Amino acid sequence: MALLRVEQLSKKFGGLQAVDSVSFALQEGSIKAVIGPNGAGKTTLFNLISGTLPVSSGEVRFRGHAIQGLRPYQVARLGIARTFQNIKMFAGMTALENVMVGRHVQSKAGFLASMFRLPGSRSEERQIRLKSLELLDLLGIADHAETEATSLAFGQQRAVELARALALEPTLLLLDEPAAGLNIYETAEIGRLITKIRDMGITVLLVEHDMSLVMDISDEIVVLSFGQKIAEDVPTKIQRNPEVIKIYLGEETAGQV
Amino acid sequence: MTLELFIQYLAAGITYGSIYAIVAIGFNIIYNTTGIINFAQGEFVMLGGMLSITLLDFLPLPLAIALAVALTMCIGAAIEIVFIRWLKNPGVLRMIIITIGLSILIREAALHIWGDNVRALPYFIGNEITSIPVLGARISPQVLWVIATCGLMVICLSLFFKATSVGREMRACAANRTAAILCGIDTKNMVTFSFILSAGIGALAGAVMSPITYTQYDIGTGLAIKGFTVAILGGLGNSPGAVAAGLLLGIIEAFSVSIVPLAFQDAIAIAILLVILFVRPHGLFGSSTTAGLKEY
Repeated sequence: MALLRVEQLSKKFGGLQAVDSVSFALQEGSIKAVIGPNGAGKTTLFNLISGTLPVSSGEVRFRGHAIQGLRPYQVARLGIARTFQNIKMFAGMTALENVMVGRHVQSKAGFLASMFRLPGSRSEERQIRLKSLELLDLLGIADHAETEATSLAFGQQRAVELARALALEPTLLLLDEPAAGLNIYETAEIGRLITKIRDMGITVLLVEHDMSLVMDISDEIVVLSFGQKIAEDVPTKIQRNPEVIKIYLGEETAGQV
Repeated sequence: MTLELFIQYLAAGITYGSIYAIVAIGFNIIYNTTGIINFAQGEFVMLGGMLSITLLDFLPLPLAIALAVALTMCIGAAIEIVFIRWLKNPGVLRMIIITIGLSILIREAALHIWGDNVRALPYFIGNEITSIPVLGARISPQVLWVIATCGLMVICLSLFFKATSVGREMRACAANRTAAILCGIDTKNMVTFSFILSAGIGALAGAVMSPITYTQYDIGTGLAIKGFTVAILGGLGNSPGAVAAGLLLGIIEAFSVSIVPLAFQDAIAIAILLVILFVRPHGLFGSSTTAGLKEY
């Protein structure tokens, strides 16, 4: 069964149809990429799935249940984590603390127990710290655990953000341009990380402009243009799809390919 | 100035300074999670004092204070839930007007309930004339109670924000609300909690200080102005800054008595507030870049 199913999803901003009746399904344990020119509605699509924007019409189904209309924190608690195109770190907190906040959803000790540091919450606090350190280690930034997150290099901040998203123990991870602003080596590294995350059993949906990354790691690709889905296929087929070449390279070049 | 007098002024300055610092921290806690200044902050201090004085008729002192603090926390929660929670993207000005309105409401209600008598809790140890000699000066044990309570609150708060998951979540909300929501944090509950927390610390300070400073239905306004001055002076949202600025203002006020008449004490605080707002609106300890990034 598909983990995530988007059906006839639409979003209107006034007269602008940002997302227009888009449907696709995401199989559990796969990596799917959403590509398209600037303004195609990719980030809007993410915002609709994560509940950051209200849906105009259509459905988002997660494990068969409709989740559109849920509040973003409720969507997060269902196991859908996301990262942002422009990194959103918690300023004034260390890399480790940033990741620990992500463990919030997983913490069992109640509000009062945590406030008064009851024994149960103290051992849980240790657990949270340990687990968060493991995640930083997994992403290769454990050395910077005690550094203030906003003072880290851009690529490292992205890794912290990824670790924070993983701390929610999501079943679905939404990555909004994970390679934006990264150099070629960092991009290759993030590609390896995403594959590793998929191999841990986490389904990944990503928006990305870096075509070599997308072609390398995706199992399937959805192409959006002006809010509409114009293609959905495996990377090798997408590369030869005349429709896709047309929107990326323009009308005339398409004939020559 | 003799050494005794110097110590006497210093002790008075630190006492008032630590109260200002607590009020300022109350401002900061709410400012950090919501971006608004809660002008009803001073009323929490008044309620803490007044409620514990009333409850003292039925309960022993520690219980009366504890219950008064708990009741004030409930009032803080009620204010947030009734007046603030359901607002969608309220403007800063609207929020300020709401909190000023609430402060007037609470003040007038207090006048109705308790009248305009000046009241005070009894001294926790001894009475008005009990004193402890410190380097030739004589200091009331209540002064030590106030300083110790405020100091302890500051330490507990910093531990709370540093080492508990709720504290961390509140800081996360303050730093980046969008990201906090997407980490599964219900930010609305965090806002309610910030009101409960600042009502609690304000009320406790109000109860402990009342034997020395006395309390009345309208002390909240003055304290709110002093606390606001201190919060701005220390850099809005910066709690260590608030402690330093609170002590600074308290000590300046105390020593000013030896130079200008007592009646000018409040004028000094307000003069400092004006100068800071004109010259360094991000405060003595705040950085201008972060101040520029915050929404006003």
